[in-house]
Amino acid sequence: MSTEETHGNGSASAEVAARVERRWATIAVIIIVMMALLAAFAGIHRATMPQPRVEITDPSRIHLSGEFVESNLGSVLEANGNVTVRAIGQQYSFTPACIVVPVDTPITLRATSADVVHGILIQGTNINTMLVPGYISEQLMRFARTGDYLMPCQEFCSFGHEGMWGKVKVIDKTEFAGRAKGGGRLSCVGQ
Amino acid sequence: MLVNRKLILAHFWLAFAVFGIALTLGAWQMFIRSPIGTWLSNPELYYRSLTAHGTVMGYVFPTLVAMGFGYAISESALEQRLVGVRWAWTGFWLIVIGSIMAVIPVALGRASVLYTFYPPLIGNVFYYLGVVLVVVGSWIWVALMSVNLSVWRKAHPGAPVPLAMYANVAGSYLWAWTAVGAALELLLQIIPVAAGLKATIDAGLARVFFSWTLHAIVYFWLMPTYIAYYTIVPRAIGGRVYSDSMARISFILFLVVAMPIGMHHTFADPMVGAGFKFIHSAFTALVALPTLLTVFTICASVEIAARLRGGRGLFGWIRALPWDNPMMLALAFSFVMLGFGGAGGLINMSYQLDASIHNTQWITGHFHLIFGGAIVIMYFAIAYDLWPHLTGRELIDLRLIRTQLWLWFVGMIVTTFPWHWVGILGMPRRMAYFDFGDPAIAPQALSVTFSAIGGFILLTSGILFLVILARGMRAPGADAGPYRFALAVHQPATVPLALNTHALWVALMIALTLTNYGYPILTLAMTEGTSVPAVYVGAQ
Repeated sequence: MSTEETHGNGSASAEVAARVERRWATIAVIIIVMMALLAAFAGIHRATMPQPRVEITDPSRIHLSGEFVESNLGSVLEANGNVTVRAIGQQYSFTPACIVVPVDTPITLRATSADVVHGILIQGTNINTMLVPGYISEQLMRFARTGDYLMPCQEFCSFGHEGMWGKVKVIDKTEFAGRAKGGGRLSCVGQ
Repeated sequence: MLVNRKLILAHFWLAFAVFGIALTLGAWQMFIRSPIGTWLSNPELYYRSLTAHGTVMGYVFPTLVAMGFGYAISESALEQRLVGVRWAWTGFWLIVIGSIMAVIPVALGRASVLYTFYPPLIGNVFYYLGVVLVVVGSWIWVALMSVNLSVWRKAHPGAPVPLAMYANVAGSYLWAWTAVGAALELLLQIIPVAAGLKATIDAGLARVFFSWTLHAIVYFWLMPTYIAYYTIVPRAIGGRVYSDSMARISFILFLVVAMPIGMHHTFADPMVGAGFKFIHSAFTALVALPTLLTVFTICASVEIAARLRGGRGLFGWIRALPWDNPMMLALAFSFVMLGFGGAGGLINMSYQLDASIHNTQWITGHFHLIFGGAIVIMYFAIAYDLWPHLTGRELIDLRLIRTQLWLWFVGMIVTTFPWHWVGILGMPRRMAYFDFGDPAIAPQALSVTFSAIGGFILLTSGILFLVILARGMRAPGADAGPYRFALAVHQPATVPLALNTHALWVALMIALTLTNYGYPILTLAMTEGTSVPAVYVGAQ
């Protein structure tokens, strides 16, 4: 095809080209709008969601007062039957290092960092959140199966990062309720 | 008309030399943390290597490629000698000095903070200053691209700017603006702390600033690749660009929507609220649009080439393509990797699905497939295409070139597919060591081994690439003629002002960045009590 030929039948072929192109562009836009709508729909219907609110805390004082003092870390059974887990990450471990929670129960994880940026990832689930010093991370979770889950730190936190692995032990509901009777903060310790 | 060949060659050679070093480090990292490596008794060495690998591959290598390619485009597409050659060399040397300044503290283990910085971890101040110099050097290039285009415009009032230059300048503006996020983080937050002037830093705000840079930088890396898709591939395989205006629309869409989307990197972060996370997620979906348009236009352009070569039938034309042409091969590999990588990207950017793979090995697999695969394989193709014009010598051994491209493609698939898989299993990123003896981790051992083998295939391919270019410097002389770009089927005689200038789109880019980033940044900056003590790395 020489340039002259291209220009010779230019207008007709250009129209076809433009039409096909417009059709494709329309399909592309529809795909994208569909994706955004699906995300909005799933969000409204409370699928797993990114953390909605911003809460702050002072990492240099968390061990002295407030909800992240050592005696308040671990799992607690709330009056409504839900469970709240409070944890902190620091170079290079989580406290508690092994979290214990009941199966089939709405759980709120509240966590923060005492020093640098860390992350909590529970393998085999979609529980995944960053711990940024100065801010509180909150995530809702619910385990469908009992068992042990690995909980590595998923963000580089300096030279010991590869050794920062925690655990989550998901146990039977009644067993958990029995242990929680005393009203204390539970972890895997002492079982 | 390539006059300043030495300048362009200097950029490409420096780019590919540092690429070779960083690639070697990468292969070593894959090996040392795999089951076939033995436990590295000092994990700090791994993070040192990782910092160097990321800094070179993220900041130095692609920037130099974009710059060298940009100068080549400016001279050959505009058919005009580069204006400001002395400034161009200044930019080049700033990058050399910056890279050396950054690499020394990294090599000494004084700045193992990774290329993403991660405050409140704070490394040696010279690491950050080195990165700043690299960026400043590249900003000189941005200014030069703009100056050269305006000089050309004055000489050709109202004429359509050649597509390659239009896209090149769009890419340079995107880079200038996207680098501002990390620059603010470095200059306002990190460097004062690293220099000892301050002892606390807002880690959350720093992450927001970095996200401003972190996503659009990928589109800056992508620009030379897309320019090659549109303006080199059709010419090299004997076809035409299907649509000149659609090409321009794709590039300006990148300019406008690549920026205000970076917070999809912070979905799992506590310092950004749900509203802005969702807005950024939706905008990220939009950025798929220019890629979908590009896939269509390029496939159509390739089909034109095939039909001109006698290809027939609905799909039969695919056989008529010049498959022994390295450019054709590179394009096909690039598209396959772009397809898989893009599909993975849609998962990463979705508001909910991200939680399943955030900060797992899936993410590393994803950006290696997109950047190392789809993008870098076209960098190779650009170098092969330009080399004879830069050296005045022919690249004779096409078979070796094809082998190199095949190895890169196979290596990238073998590396990144298992990488994605272990990410789904929940394997975290950036760990120097995994205890494959743990029954919960043992099932990942085989996949990680495959990835490591893929790493060595990539290393082999990278070495071959350097060998081919080096041999090209000594091959017998041959006149390659003037360097030309692909013509469109309907080469435009005039182009609407909006598609011939950048001002409107740059204004939109800045405006959208301000609406999508302004409020979160201001609220974080004004919130008291979010600064935390710095944690110095390797200083004591």
